[in-house]
Amino acid sequence: MSKVDPRQDARLSIRTPRSRVKGLGASGHGADHFWMQRLTGASNALLMIAFVVIVAKMWGRPYPEAVALVAQPIVAILLVLAVVSVTIHMRLGMQVVIEDYVHDTGLKFAALTANTFYAVVVAAACLYAIVRVGLGGLV
Amino acid sequence: MAQFTLPKNSQIREGRTWAAPAGAKNLQVFRIYRWNPDDGQNPRIDTYHVDRDDCGPMVLDALLWIKNKVDPTLVFRRSCREGICGSCAMNIEGQNALACTIGIDECKSPDNALPLLTRRDKDGAVRIYPLPHMPVIKDLVPDLTNFYAQHAAIEPWLQTETPAPEKEWRQTPEDRTKLDGLYECILCACCTTSCPSYWWNGDKFLGPAALLQAYRWLIDSRDENTGERLDGLHDPFRLYRCHTIMNCANTCPKNLNPAKAIAEIKKMMVERAV
Repeated sequence: MSKVDPRQDARLSIRTPRSRVKGLGASGHGADHFWMQRLTGASNALLMIAFVVIVAKMWGRPYPEAVALVAQPIVAILLVLAVVSVTIHMRLGMQVVIEDYVHDTGLKFAALTANTFYAVVVAAACLYAIVRVGLGGLV
Repeated sequence: MAQFTLPKNSQIREGRTWAAPAGAKNLQVFRIYRWNPDDGQNPRIDTYHVDRDDCGPMVLDALLWIKNKVDPTLVFRRSCREGICGSCAMNIEGQNALACTIGIDECKSPDNALPLLTRRDKDGAVRIYPLPHMPVIKDLVPDLTNFYAQHAAIEPWLQTETPAPEKEWRQTPEDRTKLDGLYECILCACCTTSCPSYWWNGDKFLGPAALLQAYRWLIDSRDENTGERLDGLHDPFRLYRCHTIMNCANTCPKNLNPAKAIAEIKKMMVERAV
């Protein structure tokens, strides 16, 4: 038996239909999530083109040349923006999937937390690598 | 997790096949979902043979023919038989529709089929189930308590603070036309029960029918509570569970577009925040 909201289960709690629908009320959130998802979707479209061009330019080059390309300021900034935009978009999108399908309260909380941690770790690792290369840490 | 399979006591079994009427030449097979809360049995699919030469053209005509001439225990809702009361909404050949406004031939036509989901029965039967993913009261009658409570929750009436004028609340013809495509909703629940997002989160997501009505009052130039109405919808579940799946617009027997109304609400939310 999964732990679902007992307020919604007629076997666990006697409530009027109106009370069930009103629940805990409107949270006052959602528009920011919706807008950020669209905004990062648009920026992803542009930044992914830049990303593909950068990867294509690296294709077949030896390691030092590839590192030198990433170290160029414009390339490094584009990659930083791409990582930030993609990881925000990824976290928001996965959050919606979890909210849609995972109804066990404990599992949902854990999944949402893991989703955020995962996005932050991915972003931190990518940004660290770009910054290190960009500032000349690797040649 | 969202439930993707039916619990054991809801799994559907083969039911009774009722004898074809003697002497009938033009027969149409119907397979209909039956469930009785009192007998402790699983739901079953009963097979009926309808004499088309003795029956009207609509699916509701066939249901009434079955109830009157074959099996009086078959239970379904119906009232106006002309698509304005919304009572006879059910799932016919994989599509939510009003039994009174969909023809027996029409519901079997390829145009009406859901290509990947619907497999035709070899004998050309019309398969009828209750509206999807709602608790069943009996046979084809779903429990719409939650659906109606959600409609009530969006407070579907004119709300004003200004004292009422001596005559009517005035509105320009242009503002009046903004209500077209919204006010015609008959609350049959075809759209809401066709929405996968409503299937998984119907307890918190208001669903397309309630949100269409919410927009009908949000866009009404005479209403003075637009902001409060938006406040009531500003929630990841109440409004934003809509993922623009568009089943609602596809199934609406009145040809309305709840998905567009929901998109307009989302635009209003951004407009007041950005």
